[in-house]
Amino acid sequence: MALAGCTGALSTLDPAGPAAAAIAELWWVMLGGAVLIFALVMVLLAGAFRQRPPPEADEARLLRVWVGGLGLAFTLTVLLALFAYGLWVGAQLKPAASAQVVQVQAEARRWSWRFRYADRPGYSSENLLHIPAGRPVDVAIRSADVVHSFWVPRLAGKLDATPGHVKVLRIEAAQPGRYAGQSAEFSGPGYLDHRFTVLAHDAAGWQAFLAGEGP
Amino acid sequence: MTALRRHRRLAAIWASEPGWRGPFSTVNHSDLGRMFLVTAFCFFAIGGLLAMLIRAQLASPQAAFVDADTFSQFFTMHGTIMMFLFAIPAFEGLAIYLLPKMLGTRDLAFPRLTAYGYWCYVFGGGMLIFALLAGLAPQGGWFMYPPLTGPAFAPEINTDFWLIGVTFVEISALAAAVEICVSVLKYRAPGMRLTQMPVFAWYALVTALMILTGFPPLILASVLLELERALGLPFFTPGAGGDSLLWQHLFWMFGHPEVYIIFLPAAGVVSTVLPVMARTPLLGYGWVVGAAVALAFLSFGLWVHHMFTTGLPELGLALFSAASTLVALPTGVQVFAWIGTLWKGRPGLQLPMLYLLGFFGTFVIGGLTGVMVAIVPFDWQVHDTAFVTAHLHYVLFGGFVFPLLAGLYYWLPLFTGRRRFFRVGELACALIFIGFHVTFLAMHWVGLLGQRRRIPSIDADSGWTLINLISSVGGFVLAIGLAMVLVDVLLHALINTRARRNPWESDGLEWAMVTPAPPYNFASLPQVGSRHPLHANPALPLQLARGEGYLGEPREGRRETLLVQAGDGRPEALVVYPGNSRLPITLAAVTGAAFVGVLLKQWWLLALGLSGVVALAWHWAWPARAVAQDAQPVGGDTALPRSESLARPPGWWGSAFLLVADATFFAALLFGYAFLWTVAPNWPPPQWLAPSLPALGLGLGLGLAGAAGAAAGLRWAWRGGRLLSAAGLLALALAWLLLLRQAPAGSSHAYAGALLVLAGFALLHLGLAALMQLRLALAQRRGRLGAARAGALAIATLWTDFAAGVGALGLAVAYLPPLWQ
Repeated sequence: MALAGCTGALSTLDPAGPAAAAIAELWWVMLGGAVLIFALVMVLLAGAFRQRPPPEADEARLLRVWVGGLGLAFTLTVLLALFAYGLWVGAQLKPAASAQVVQVQAEARRWSWRFRYADRPGYSSENLLHIPAGRPVDVAIRSADVVHSFWVPRLAGKLDATPGHVKVLRIEAAQPGRYAGQSAEFSGPGYLDHRFTVLAHDAAGWQAFLAGEGP
Repeated sequence: MTALRRHRRLAAIWASEPGWRGPFSTVNHSDLGRMFLVTAFCFFAIGGLLAMLIRAQLASPQAAFVDADTFSQFFTMHGTIMMFLFAIPAFEGLAIYLLPKMLGTRDLAFPRLTAYGYWCYVFGGGMLIFALLAGLAPQGGWFMYPPLTGPAFAPEINTDFWLIGVTFVEISALAAAVEICVSVLKYRAPGMRLTQMPVFAWYALVTALMILTGFPPLILASVLLELERALGLPFFTPGAGGDSLLWQHLFWMFGHPEVYIIFLPAAGVVSTVLPVMARTPLLGYGWVVGAAVALAFLSFGLWVHHMFTTGLPELGLALFSAASTLVALPTGVQVFAWIGTLWKGRPGLQLPMLYLLGFFGTFVIGGLTGVMVAIVPFDWQVHDTAFVTAHLHYVLFGGFVFPLLAGLYYWLPLFTGRRRFFRVGELACALIFIGFHVTFLAMHWVGLLGQRRRIPSIDADSGWTLINLISSVGGFVLAIGLAMVLVDVLLHALINTRARRNPWESDGLEWAMVTPAPPYNFASLPQVGSRHPLHANPALPLQLARGEGYLGEPREGRRETLLVQAGDGRPEALVVYPGNSRLPITLAAVTGAAFVGVLLKQWWLLALGLSGVVALAWHWAWPARAVAQDAQPVGGDTALPRSESLARPPGWWGSAFLLVADATFFAALLFGYAFLWTVAPNWPPPQWLAPSLPALGLGLGLGLAGAAGAAAGLRWAWRGGRLLSAAGLLALALAWLLLLRQAPAGSSHAYAGALLVLAGFALLHLGLAALMQLRLALAQRRGRLGAARAGALAIATLWTDFAAGVGALGLAVAYLPPLWQ
C-alpha cells in the first residue's frame, strides 16, 4: 500500500514488517469508515436546511428515528464492529511463542540507546540495533533515567521505556535493510536527536554479526 | 412601587462599589462571571500567541528561532494555559454568569466563594505567566511526567511553578464546582422541578460533579511530586519504591475526565442555542440529559487509553479500549438529537448557528479520530505523534471553542444590551473554520508519517516540510479569524445600537430581564411550571418587573433570594446574601502567600500564610448576628424561615459537595498506596511499620474508639456530648502521632512517604473538625447562632464524621497490611 505521500523513513503508512502492515491496514479501513460516517452526518445536517414543507410534529417518531435509530442503534453497531475488528487485529499482533524468536535488550537513556543481544553475550551496540530479517524479534525495553519510548514506525507500534520496569515489544522486518527508529516520549532538550537505526540482516549477515564479524 | 423605582432600589442594594474599587470587592455573580470570561479570554490570547510561536518554529526546517529548552517551555505553557487557564475558567465564567439567570434566581449559593475562586484563579494564573515572562516556565510537557520533572532531572524552579500555580488555580475550579452543584440543586425559581431545568443547568451540574471527582487525583499527584521535590519523599523514584506510572495513572484519572469537563458545558451551550436557532424545543431532553450523565460516568473509566503504550496487561487494555469506544455512544446520541432538532424545526443561519455548524464539521471528525485512537494497535503507532495533537485539537477546539463562540454571540445582547452593527463575525467564522482545518488536517497526516509531537524542529529530508508549512499557514489564518472576533466584540462595545429584549425569541428565563442584565437579575422571582417559561407566559418579564413574583419588595438593604427543595422546587427558605466584601481577595492573597512559600521553599512564609488562611476563614464563617426564629414574608401570602435555620442549611450542602472532592482525594491516595504496593519496583520496603502488639493495640484501639466517640458525641443530646466528641478527635490524633513515631523516615522509601501523607491528611482533617467544633461552641456561648444552631451543628457533624472516618480508615490501612508480610 505505497500511495504517493505515504512513504518516508518514519512513515507508519509505509510498513516493512507484519505488525506495521496490520496497523496500516487498520488505519485505511478506519479512514474509509470515518469518511463515510462524516459524509452521512454532513448530509443529514445539510438536509435540515433545505426548503421543505412545515416539519412534522410527531415527537415520538422523531425520537425513534434520531435517538433510537441513528443515535443508539447506528452508533452502537459501528462501534461494536470496529471494536471487534480492533480486537482481531490486536490478536494477530500478539507475540506467538516460537523457537525462531530472537531476544534483544534495549536500554534508553538521555539521549542514546544501548542494545544487547542474547545470542552474542557481552556485546553491545549504541544507537544501532541488529536484527535478522524475516524473524520475530522480542525487544526487552528498559530505561536508565526518565520515560522514553521505543518506536520503529515502519516495523511496529511503540512501547514505553519506563524506569524500573521491563516491557517486551515484538518487532519483525520482512526484508533486510535499514529502518529508522526514534524515541517517542518527550525527554528534555536532546529529545529531537534521540534516534536509532535498526539494521535488518539477511541470514548470512546475521550469522556473521553473531560471529563477531562486521560492525 | 413602580417598576422603575423598584429597579433603582434593587440596583442600589445589589451594585458593586463604584469606581476602581468595584471589581476588588464585588461578590455579584454577573460581575464575577464577566471577569472570569474576560480573564479567560486574555489567557486564551496568550496561549494562542504561544501556539503561533510553535507553528512559526515548525513552519520550515530553517525556521527554528528558539532553542529546544525555550521551545519546550512554549508547548508546555500552551497546553497548560489552554487547559487550566482558559477552558475550565471560561466554563466557570459562563456558568457563573448564566446559571442564576437561567434558573430564575438572583445569585449563586455562595457569592463570596465565587469571588475567592476568581482571585485564586487570577493569582495562580499570574504566577504561571510570570514564570513564562521570566523564562522560568515549566518545560516537561503539559502532563509533566516524572522522573523528567522530578528533582533529579529538573531541579530548577520551573516545575514548581507548574505544580504550585496549577494547584492554586484548581482551588477556583473546586470552588466553582461546589457553588454550581448547590446552586443548581437549591437556588432555583420556585416551582422549577429538576426535570424542568434548562438543559444547560443539567450539563453544568454534571460538569461540576466531574470537577469534584476529577480534579482531586491531579491535586494529589501535584502534592506528591512537590513533596518529592521539596522533601525527598520518593513517590516517583523507582530506586526507592516509587513509580513514574503512579503519576501517569493519577494524571490521566484527572486528564481524561478533564476532556469531558471541557466538552460537556460546550455541549450544554449547543443544546441551549441550537433549539432556539431551529425555533423548536430540543428533541429528546431526557435522552440528552441521560447521555450527559452517561458520558460523565464513562469518562472515569477511560484514563488508561492515554497509557496504551506503557505495556499494560492485555485484559486491562481490552477493557479500557471497550470503555473508550463505548464513550462515543452517548456522544452519538447527543449529536443525532441535535441534528434531529434541526430537522424538527426551521433553522436559520444566524451567526450563532454558523459557529454551531463549525462545531459539527469539526467535532465529528475529532470524535471519529477519537474512536480510532481508542483502538489499541492503532494507538501504538500514533501515540505521541502529531496525529494525537491534531485529534485533541479537533475535540477541544471543535468541541469547546466553536460552541463557546456560538454562545458568546448568542448571549452578547444579554451582556451588553446591544446588537451587532458590523458583520465581522461571519467572516471571522469562515476564517476560523478554514484556518483550523488546514492546520490540523495536515497535522494528522504528518503524524502518520512519523512526526513526533514536541520536537523543536523538523529535518529537511523528512518529507514533512510542505505539510508543516501548510499547517503553519493555516494556523495564522485561524489566528486572524480569532483576532477578528475580538475586533467584532470591541466594535460591539463601542457602537451603541440598542437590542430589543430577547432578540432570539428564546424560551429561557435569562431573557426575562432587561438587558444588559441588572445585578439583581429579576425584580421579583418567577413561579415556574414549565420547561419553556417564556413561551408558556410571554408576559412574564413585565410581570416580574412589576414585582408580581416573589421578593418583589426590596427591604432593609438586604440581598435576598429563595432556597427551594432540590427535587420539586417548592420554596423552602429565605436566603439573605452577604454584601460586597474585600475578604475574598484578601483570603486569596494570603492563600497565595502560602503557595509562594512552598514555591520558594520559605517554610516560614507557608506557616504564616496558613495561619492567615485559618484566621481569615474563621472570620469569614463567624456569624454576623443571630438569626431570628420567625418566618418572614416573601411575597403573596407565603412566609418562609431563614435558610440558616434549616436542618440542612446551604453551608451543609456546600460542605457535603466539598467533602465529595475530599473523599475522592482520599480514595486517590489509597489507590496510589495500593498501586505502589502491587506494581512499583523495589518493593517490599527495607523497613515496615512494625509496631509491637501493645503499640498496635494502643494505636488502633485509641484511633477506633476516638473515631466512634467523635462521631457519636455530637449526636448525643446530653451536655457532655460535645466534650466526648472533642476528646475523640484528640484520641484519634494521638493515635496518628503514635504511628508517626514508629514510622521509618519518609525519604527512605515510597512506602514511608505514603505513611507520612496519610498521617498528614488525617491530622489536617482532625484539626479542621476540631476548629469547627470550637467555632460552634464559641458562637453558641456568645449567642451568635439563634435559630441557626441546628444547622451549624449539622455542618460540624458532617466534618467531624468525615475526619473520624478517614482517620480510622487511614489507621487501618497503615497498620494492617504490614502484618500480612
